[in-house]
Amino acid sequence: MVAAPYLWLVVFFAIPFAIVFKISFSYMVTTQPGYAPLFEWVEEAQRLVATLNIANYQVLLQDSLYLSTFLYSLKVAAISTVLCLLLGYPMAYAIARSAPTTRNLFLMLIILPFWTSFLLRVYAWIGLLKTNGVINNSLLALGIIDQPLVLLYTDFAVYVGIVYSYLPFMILPLYSNLEKHDLTLLEAASDLGARPVKAFFKITLPLSMPGIVAGCLLVFIPAVGEFVIPSLLGRTDQLMIGTVLSAQFFGARNWPVASAVAIALLLLLLLPILLFQRYQQRELEAARR
Amino acid sequence: MAERVVDRHNQYLRIEGVTKRFGDFVAVDNVSLSIFKGEIFCLLGGSGCGKTTLLRMLAGFESPTSGRILIDGQDMAGIPPYERPVNMMFQSYALFPHMTVAANVAFGLEQEGVARVEIDRRVGEMLDIVKLGEFAKRKPHQLSGGQRQRVALARALVKKPKLLLLDEPLGALDKKLREHTQFELINLQEQLGVTFVVVTHDQEEAMTLASRIGVMNKGQIVQVGTPTEIYEFPNSRFVADFIGSVNMFEGRLIEDEPGHVRIRCEELDSTVFVSHGISAAPDARVFVAIRPEKIEMTRGQSAEGENCVGGVVREIAYMGDLSVYLVRLDSGRMVRVTIPNIERHDERIVWDERVLLRWQPSSPVVLTQ
Amino acid sequence: MNDRGWFRKSVLGFGLAFLYIPILSMMFFSFNNSRLVTVWDAENSPTLRWYVRLFENDQLLGAAWISIKIAALSASGAAILGTLAGLVLTRFGPFRGRALLSAMTTAPLVMPEVIMGISMLLLFVAFEQMIGWPAGRGLVTITIAHVTFTMAYVTVVVQSRLAGFDDALEEAALDLGAKPATVFFKITLPLIMPAIVSGWLLAFTLSWDDVVISQFVSGPGSSTLPMEIFSRVRRGVSPDINALATIMVLIVATGVVASTIWMKRQERKRLLEEQMARSDIP
Repeated sequence: MVAAPYLWLVVFFAIPFAIVFKISFSYMVTTQPGYAPLFEWVEEAQRLVATLNIANYQVLLQDSLYLSTFLYSLKVAAISTVLCLLLGYPMAYAIARSAPTTRNLFLMLIILPFWTSFLLRVYAWIGLLKTNGVINNSLLALGIIDQPLVLLYTDFAVYVGIVYSYLPFMILPLYSNLEKHDLTLLEAASDLGARPVKAFFKITLPLSMPGIVAGCLLVFIPAVGEFVIPSLLGRTDQLMIGTVLSAQFFGARNWPVASAVAIALLLLLLLPILLFQRYQQRELEAARR
Repeated sequence: MAERVVDRHNQYLRIEGVTKRFGDFVAVDNVSLSIFKGEIFCLLGGSGCGKTTLLRMLAGFESPTSGRILIDGQDMAGIPPYERPVNMMFQSYALFPHMTVAANVAFGLEQEGVARVEIDRRVGEMLDIVKLGEFAKRKPHQLSGGQRQRVALARALVKKPKLLLLDEPLGALDKKLREHTQFELINLQEQLGVTFVVVTHDQEEAMTLASRIGVMNKGQIVQVGTPTEIYEFPNSRFVADFIGSVNMFEGRLIEDEPGHVRIRCEELDSTVFVSHGISAAPDARVFVAIRPEKIEMTRGQSAEGENCVGGVVREIAYMGDLSVYLVRLDSGRMVRVTIPNIERHDERIVWDERVLLRWQPSSPVVLTQ
Repeated sequence: MNDRGWFRKSVLGFGLAFLYIPILSMMFFSFNNSRLVTVWDAENSPTLRWYVRLFENDQLLGAAWISIKIAALSASGAAILGTLAGLVLTRFGPFRGRALLSAMTTAPLVMPEVIMGISMLLLFVAFEQMIGWPAGRGLVTITIAHVTFTMAYVTVVVQSRLAGFDDALEEAALDLGAKPATVFFKITLPLIMPAIVSGWLLAFTLSWDDVVISQFVSGPGSSTLPMEIFSRVRRGVSPDINALATIMVLIVATGVVASTIWMKRQERKRLLEEQMARSDIP
């Protein structure tokens, strides 16, 4: 009974990765299921023959398209994470320092959009950013600009999309950390002569580091592999790795290469994922005490 | 303490050579103890002395690494907590927050499979005994600290266990409530006749509640005795120092007779004459312990003879009913003296006065360890 | 720090505006008669035209129904497995494979969906080849995939509830004669139920909303609502979607507001009761 979740996850979560890994070494075939078997029992020779195609990985390294896509994805994710932090931190701070009654109200207001569809919220930005969208129309009407700005299908749109969608994931760990701060520490600092800004940088900020790390990881890691946001809001001339993977899989039907891309992405994110896991462990242990 | 009926022939709880190890750490070290039916036994010690671990072993939440525990003659090895005739009152009370007071108290009886009608009767009875009859339908968060404690007590006692274990029962209460509850607990115990084992770090609690105290230190039982025995006749410096306050002087045995001993104390620059014999090697290094309340203090200049020293009053702490004086002896040593405030204010001894300290020959306790 | 009030207010004001303006704008334009959505057709608006069309759109309605079924099933499966995982990880001491279980219940929280999608699809394909099941992909495969990625969220919620749990309660129950199974059902489970319910709701929302994983593991005829929406909005704005969005937002908003009010009322009642207790004579 206790083993149930364990078994389930091993079968449906862990093993699939092994399979993806295996397939990333296969040859592509045009029939179903789309890849050639790795091992073949050759009757005559009574032997198992393994056919490995490392060309899939070579493509990744040699084709500059892949390299640039990986780098672009990392860049976009990183910038979005920072922007998200810059907006999310002050908000989390403001909520944590509000009166307890208003705090819950604000939290509810932050969480509410999260419960509505992620897809629809990204869609909402299409309506705002397009050439004859709300933003452009308003700015034109107010006379601030006389030509519509190109906002959609740009890097900017992707940043906005990611920040918008992942903001709750940034705010919640930050808030949960900031809320636990002992405010008397700041009073002590003030008593010792530190002005509020200084006290913030020397006391609050360092103490909120775990929250910052958690929030950033929660945003950065999934953002690298984002698919929906770049598909709906992003550039058509420079794709992110998530869209490329999907294109290889569904478009070109090249499952082996898609698998190789997936493995490469996973390896890229391995370190951050482990970091996140370590953080989660520590938080839970601290709460138990 | 009122007289209670303790059956000294019935070794109800026997702890035989019990040791508990956690890895390399020895929490309980070869403890052997007998507790009689109907008594209130207190395990007293500071934090980390092993008393709580011992209690948990009695309850069944830990098993001894070696040794046996027998309750009413039955070996408890391998018996889980839910099959033991023992119940525990937890330090945090551990009331089930999602159940009413009545449901909490009824829980144990339900596990025994008692008939519903009988459960209701016994629960009602028990709640009346702890004077919580009208709170039966309330939930724990609707009760005050003292009320919650009584529910915890009722819940444990309603099952009529052979043994009730109490973990720091008065720790969470404020001073006034504590005194009140101490006496309530004693009355309850006498009324129901259940054997209590109490774990506490508070000596006052132990002294008031217990018929016998077991002082623990570093996993071992250091002394077992009635409160009087522990206080007046500690068997070691540790116990003397742990219970109440004490003045401890080091000295050399210069005369050792069956009826008396004489000890030369450099710190007092005097000789102490004690009117009972001790067993020690001649010329041995010993310790003399004198309780602050056993010292008489009078104004005077020079000390003469044995059991008398002179000094100057350095500090006074006025407690209302008594005052604690810290006297600096001529030898440099500080002595603590407790004097009840019998005289009127203006006649009392004040700071910097020269005083003489005296005590009865029967008052000091001589310790060799 | 009351002098900082202006800072707090402006930050929150800006932030909340940022969060809500897109949603409100989307809702606003759902009443716009123009197909261009964002260009207000003043003569013919406001209109309920798109809402009417929505209810006649069998494809969307069918997809919505499929999504509800999948979400309900996945959430329940995730709730059970996630709670078990949470209990095991919190209660049991070190055991072989603990690190792996812990990793497997944390990784899905951050894992990019494309990776999970492709890996699960390849798994199903491999299974189909080896043992003949699942025969083709559809509701079953989507549900399995959703359970797998949402159970991690349930585990986290349950774990944090258990972290603040008073162990003494379970010990007290054991001490009073309850066997371990009874302790679990009568004491532990009722007390962690709120966390399990939140976990269920969380899993439901995540499943209901998922597009990427569903795309990978779905089959012909098993199109979920997000998949339908996605294929429409790839091409740009569409007024039916605005109408759909408005309905969904209103449903969610009502739910969240209602539950918040209910919780506040419970909280206030509780506080009152505690105060009452304090003024009693002990």
